[in-house]
Amino acid sequence: MTATQSRQEPGKIISLAEEHRQADNLWLDALKRLARNRMAVLGLIIIFLLILTAIFAEQLAPKSYEVQVLTDNNAAPQWVIDLFPVMKSIEDGGYVKVSNNYPLGADDLGRDILSRIIYGSRISLAIAFVGPLVSMLLGVPLGLAAGFFGGRVDNIIMRIVDIFYAFPTLLIIILMMAYFRGAFNESSQAGTLGYTLYLADRAMGGMLFIFIGVGLTSWVGLARLTRGEVLSARERDYVLAARSLGATRWSIMFRHVMPNVVGPLIVAETLTIPVYIRYEAFLSFIGLGVNRPTPSWGSMISDGAQTISSYPNQAIFPAIALFLVMFAFNFLGDGLRDALDPRMRGVD
Amino acid sequence: MGRYIVRRLLQMFLVLFVVSLLTFATMRAVPGGPFSTEKNLPPRALAQLEAKYNLDEPLYMQYLHYMGDIAIPRLTENRLPPSVLNDYLINIYIPGIDKTLRWMNFGPSYKSVSQTVNSIIKNTLPVSATLGTGALIVAVFIGIPAGIIAALKRNTRWDYAAMSVAIIGVSVPVIISGPILRYVFGVQLKWLPPTGWGSFEHMIMPAFALGFAESARLARLTRASLLQVLNEDYIRTARAKGLHERIVIGVHALKNAMIPVVTTLGPLFAFLATGSFVAELIFGIPGMGKFFVVSITNRDYPVIMGTTLLLATFVILANLFVDLVYVWLDPRIQYS
Repeated sequence: MTATQSRQEPGKIISLAEEHRQADNLWLDALKRLARNRMAVLGLIIIFLLILTAIFAEQLAPKSYEVQVLTDNNAAPQWVIDLFPVMKSIEDGGYVKVSNNYPLGADDLGRDILSRIIYGSRISLAIAFVGPLVSMLLGVPLGLAAGFFGGRVDNIIMRIVDIFYAFPTLLIIILMMAYFRGAFNESSQAGTLGYTLYLADRAMGGMLFIFIGVGLTSWVGLARLTRGEVLSARERDYVLAARSLGATRWSIMFRHVMPNVVGPLIVAETLTIPVYIRYEAFLSFIGLGVNRPTPSWGSMISDGAQTISSYPNQAIFPAIALFLVMFAFNFLGDGLRDALDPRMRGVD
Repeated sequence: MGRYIVRRLLQMFLVLFVVSLLTFATMRAVPGGPFSTEKNLPPRALAQLEAKYNLDEPLYMQYLHYMGDIAIPRLTENRLPPSVLNDYLINIYIPGIDKTLRWMNFGPSYKSVSQTVNSIIKNTLPVSATLGTGALIVAVFIGIPAGIIAALKRNTRWDYAAMSVAIIGVSVPVIISGPILRYVFGVQLKWLPPTGWGSFEHMIMPAFALGFAESARLARLTRASLLQVLNEDYIRTARAKGLHERIVIGVHALKNAMIPVVTTLGPLFAFLATGSFVAELIFGIPGMGKFFVVSITNRDYPVIMGTTLLLATFVILANLFVDLVYVWLDPRIQYS
């Protein structure tokens, strides 16, 4: 009465369906446990609101993110001035222009900070989804192959992984960003791949190269984790049972091993999302991220940090936005781990 | 043990060689050169500049020159003509023949014309290492006790509180905590100097900003590791023979539980001690982190090589130190 047999006999289809329902129930149980975790649900709500913000940025943002009103530079509304006691308005003998026209104030070029934060959510969210996507697409198959086939395949893949591990990830990403920005720019020949990449990157405000840079490094950790999980899963009795019943290698790999290792992989990847978000913020902070004037929270914090003694609102509001997103993904990842494997609580 | 350390140190040079080769190849694959960003440099001036720094040679010769300057000791006159190209890290005066043995020249900086890689490291590494040590102390003294308390009081209010703070901690990298701390304690409350370097007060905020996120990571790791060790047989044995709980935890459990924690502390110290660009920028600290980033954007090849090799050396030595600490933590571990 095994899956392989039942597939061949039409009369046993029900048992297969039964099997699937059981598998679904496992996930349903996990979902229920997740729903009971208040902080994880809060994280999920924040992420959901953020997705809406990113999608409807044009409708939500009160102003343009790039139009500069130089006469309003560094202006701040009254409530912001009250919130940060170091800021004194011109009427009180200070230096801050009061303008309730800008809900969170304007930056040094007279651009609305709230609108820039709203548009900036697009960058952080995009990297939060592209990072795991690339890392799943590259890391899981490579790790699966390395762990499952072993031998030479394993050796080659893991040596590549080792080389990536030997270098600090941020150093590799900085080098790659320098390479992309130097190799693919307006001086590239029209019609070549480089020029196409440059055009695509410019159209995305500089996001494409960040995606490639983060993506090409993100798979390494996941490949290693997948390999380890597969190595332990393939020695289990159920794999032996499937093999003795004549299941092919591919069917063992995808039908038996894969479903058993996917839980830890999802948890690990969710917990890595804040790292990707941090990489993007860091790259934009050091000026290798998005192209100006595309707003990124990292570059806003970097600009605002220069004038934080006079205009703290310019750095602190984007920092709070960045914190909320990191916090939401961290709590969601933590909740997912508790839900999928309650024994793992608190394990990094 | 002695032979083990010698073997590891020899391996270190092999790894550093591979790192140098890979870094050299990658950085030279990046288009643009150190002098290509300067506006309207006449071709002759450019050619002269490149000739001065051997940039007109074939790539493999440039690499051999660079590595030769580092690896091969030289006997030279006592006084060298004053030039940044003559900066050696090790200068030993040999009285008998009145000459000086010089070793390890990491080259000049192309961008900061009066500086060499050696002088940059001499000026900035002490700053970064001091700050990094401070950050590590913050991380260890908050993270490990929090993790121990959470594990011992598992599934109580203490545990949940510690782990929630830990999740918040990993959500505030220095790019977030830096500006907020600087504003609150430096600008608003004026308890601490907002920027600058030179006194203990200057160090508190950046060390805390860097250390807090790491302490959260350490707390989670300590908790998980201690929980696992508490299930081991030898803990049951220790309890069964009537040892006081304090000794069971303090002597038997904690030492073993520290192994994964110490493993992460090694590389963590290496990274903290070689500087953080973000912390240095926000708090105005003259550290080394800046040069990792600026050297790459400037294509300042010797500085890229020098900082990367220094970081790699730190990581390798820290890992070696960690491996030696293992022996003390777990008597079952032996090296031969």
